[in-house]
Amino acid sequence: MYSPTVLDHFQSPRNVGDIPEADGIGEAGNPISGNQMKLYLKIDDKAITDAKFRTFGCAASIATSSMLTEWLMGKTVEEALTIDNKTIADELGGLPPTKMHCSAMAADGVKAAMADYEKRQVGR
Amino acid sequence: MRRIYLDHNATTPVRTEVLEAMWPFFQERFGNASSIHVFGQDARAPMEEARAQVAGLINARPGEIYFTSGGTESDNLAIKGIAYANRDRGNHIITTAIEHSAVLSSGAFLETQGFKVTYLSVDAYGLVDPNEVEQAITERTILISMMHANNEIGTIQPIKKIGAIAQQHEVYFHTDTVQSAGKLPIDVEAMQVDLLSLSAHKIYGPKGVGAIYIRKGVEIEPTAHGGHHENNVRSGTENTTGIIGLGKAAELAAQDREGEYRHLIELRDTLEKRIVDEVEDVQINGHPTKRLPGTLNVSFYGAEGESLLMSLDMKGIAVSTGSACTSGSIEPSHVLLALGLDPHTALGSVRFSFGRDNTIADVDEVMAHLPGIVSRLREMSAVMEHE
Repeated sequence: MYSPTVLDHFQSPRNVGDIPEADGIGEAGNPISGNQMKLYLKIDDKAITDAKFRTFGCAASIATSSMLTEWLMGKTVEEALTIDNKTIADELGGLPPTKMHCSAMAADGVKAAMADYEKRQVGR
Repeated sequence: MRRIYLDHNATTPVRTEVLEAMWPFFQERFGNASSIHVFGQDARAPMEEARAQVAGLINARPGEIYFTSGGTESDNLAIKGIAYANRDRGNHIITTAIEHSAVLSSGAFLETQGFKVTYLSVDAYGLVDPNEVEQAITERTILISMMHANNEIGTIQPIKKIGAIAQQHEVYFHTDTVQSAGKLPIDVEAMQVDLLSLSAHKIYGPKGVGAIYIRKGVEIEPTAHGGHHENNVRSGTENTTGIIGLGKAAELAAQDREGEYRHLIELRDTLEKRIVDEVEDVQINGHPTKRLPGTLNVSFYGAEGESLLMSLDMKGIAVSTGSACTSGSIEPSHVLLALGLDPHTALGSVRFSFGRDNTIADVDEVMAHLPGIVSRLREMSAVMEHE
């Protein structure tokens, strides 16, 4: 059902947790009845220097969150915003068709975190 | 890795005695039971013995047992069969919110055909209130369909009371006993049941075969039209090997039922107690006592069901979860939602279902891994408060 990369990221997720002084925080998923992800980003000079996550959800949604944080590391804000619902699924060696919404949640999380980052920049 | 199977409500392995009983009918005794020649009659006689074995499990007469492809077909046949045969009498069916999808989907289909279906709610333990059943009956009611025991939480319904109500109001009564047949005593006379579904593969028989009991005198409209097999109730050349397997499995289940009940309840209760003692923030779903002996459904707040299942599977432990993370979102189990669980608690639920080959060592193995898995998933969960 799942690729070895998915199972690896599910079993040993990277970058679990939060960033106390995050520059952008994004939430995605369905807070009432479904998968939920919180993404924390540290951004220095328009480049992502740290990414952490917490996720409630199935194995695929935990694996996509984990892979997402690895993918984001070192990317510029512009590069990160090129993410779409297939980006992380491809990085994981594919997801079952019924699990593609988990990859979409990862993309939504990035967009939400970036919107939060931009808002904080304006406030400075 | 030692693999531990704790998903017996999903399916069970075929018992050796069952396999041995089936074996000759694949090849040596391959005849079509409808044939008049010796080959046919050689298959017919043991099939009739199987009918008696199944009848014995539920205190029916052999002539009231018809073989099908399993629980889903039996449920469909009972519900649609009664509905179509009684259109002149009425169009109303009463069932519950926690039925198996074979019943719920049959009801939903009939709603598109002009029938009306009442889905009764259940209490926090999953029990139906017999008074509500009685109140739901109208002049147009033709059928009550209620499962004996629930597959996800194991709660056992007051079938005898429902049977008496159905009888008093002259409404047909169908019960799905796929999870309870062979595990709980069933008596179609005492329970006043008119139609009953059961399946072989939940009681150590083969997959793809089951039976429907139809009380003598009760007419149904068949769903498969064909060559008049099974007294015109269910056409199609009989699955001789499967039927003989079902018969043997039913016979063994009846023989072993009491001992197995004690065995299952001991394992289940031990695991339940250890989970409650050793894992924080858990909730046991289902009725404390009116419950299938081997079934344990637990909610682990903050950890999602499929992740729990996958983590246990990686340790060699097979369980199931009612939540399904499929196209678009994760969907909590309709049964757990009907109990009143909030969606997140329902999503964090796992079902352990024990079988005859499990031992207390299996419980120890589960508890060697489960607390760590739960805290690991909670640590990374977005719905938990973290310090």
